[in-house]
Amino acid sequence: MSLRDRLTAGSFAVTAEISPPRGASTDPVTATAALLRDWVDAVNVTDNQGSNVRLASWAGSLAALHAGLEPVMQMTCRDRNRIALQSDLLGASALGIRNILVMTGDHPKFGDHPEAKPVFDLDSVQLLWTLRHMRDQGAVLTGRTLKPPPDCFLGAVENPAAPPAEFRAERLGKKIAAGAQFVQTQFVFDVAAFAEWMAQVRDLGLHEQCYILPGVGAVRSRNALDYMRDKVPGVYVPDDVYRRLRAVPADQTAAEGARLAAETIQQLSAIEGVAGVHLLVAGNEQAVPGILDSAGVRAEDHGR
Amino acid sequence: MTTRPPIPAHPRLGTRLAYRLQRVLRPRPGLRWLSTRIEASGLARPLFTKTERLTKDTLFGCRMCGQCALPVTGYVCPMGCPKELRNGPCGGVGADGGCEVYPEKRCVWVEAFERAASQGRGADLRLLHLPIDHRRWGESSWLNYWQGRDEGLWTREAGDTGGTGDTGGDRHVPHHQPALGGK
Repeated sequence: MSLRDRLTAGSFAVTAEISPPRGASTDPVTATAALLRDWVDAVNVTDNQGSNVRLASWAGSLAALHAGLEPVMQMTCRDRNRIALQSDLLGASALGIRNILVMTGDHPKFGDHPEAKPVFDLDSVQLLWTLRHMRDQGAVLTGRTLKPPPDCFLGAVENPAAPPAEFRAERLGKKIAAGAQFVQTQFVFDVAAFAEWMAQVRDLGLHEQCYILPGVGAVRSRNALDYMRDKVPGVYVPDDVYRRLRAVPADQTAAEGARLAAETIQQLSAIEGVAGVHLLVAGNEQAVPGILDSAGVRAEDHGR
Repeated sequence: MTTRPPIPAHPRLGTRLAYRLQRVLRPRPGLRWLSTRIEASGLARPLFTKTERLTKDTLFGCRMCGQCALPVTGYVCPMGCPKELRNGPCGGVGADGGCEVYPEKRCVWVEAFERAASQGRGADLRLLHLPIDHRRWGESSWLNYWQGRDEGLWTREAGDTGGTGDTGGDRHVPHHQPALGGK
């Protein structure tokens, strides 16, 4: 069952994020896809995540597809202008890649080419709008006809924890108005704050117009915890979560991180309007079965 | 047209005063007539554009994109966002409201939201801004505004999904950029 069908059917969906390799081989993607295939409904393939050069998102997505796992191709506005972005959608659709996740993208300053030209020709709302227009109107932005038009299931991202908090639900509303059909969020470590955001989302009726998949991470080590708290833009680790993960011996951080992730999934799935979860586990994919197992989200629940 | 890189700028014009000026400078027959005359003059047009550049650079850190969004962003310039986002903040805003790229500066969208909301104009931020035309960098957006060429920079389409707040003032109705926004 495709991600789109699963969400439409109202079943709890699970997606996970993977990073394509830094190298000219899709083998690592294929291996990860084999590991995750029975556990998640789709896998996000990042687009030069953190502004670091990696194998292209479309190539990683194609490898996942061939390995039997549905891809969600991530597309950022950082590296390509509106011509290239529209061209990429056509290419992806032609190759059978249906799920597209649109985001602004990290600034080049944070990556391995800080001297690169930041493109940002379109912003994420404009890109969603453009892709929806290509699909629904069968034409490029300036009107030329597409034969055949692309097919796609459009996703957006949101960071409920980022300021201005009062505007974040409305920002999702803008993305939905522009074409977003599902949304995956940044790491949710503060479930109470996420629940508050969801209340605003429900007040606006947005949970009925878009499938919402909060992001859940599994912290692997103390270093990863510190890095996440201090270095990753837009990620907020509340003090109680930080203390909990620091309280266990260093060699048990990963186990505690997985426990926390499983508990978070259970808490999130109880919130009205949550359609699934998105596991932000790039580089730690082997933790996925354990986390889903303890969260009670098993392969059997996925109808396999 | 080369322009300096985008860096968040704190507006030097108070919010209330900015909205008051907006009412005075709204397109009207007199201003349209004046802008037509300025455009027709080989001397007045560059002089006027230069004056606009100086004024708006001082007040808002303007980079002369030629397609001014200030009336619906609480008079905080979105082109000062290092990602030049015209539809709201990215997900990298710091917990203190700082810019992801320049943490010592405030995110232009955090400031835009606060300023617009303080004058009952928070709903302005729900408007959908269309992709800009990069051929228009360096043009006078005041002349474009009075001549009606800025109509179509944003649309209400997403403006009625809920929430509260007075949209106030005139709103542009999109008619060019036929692909997006136009109906």
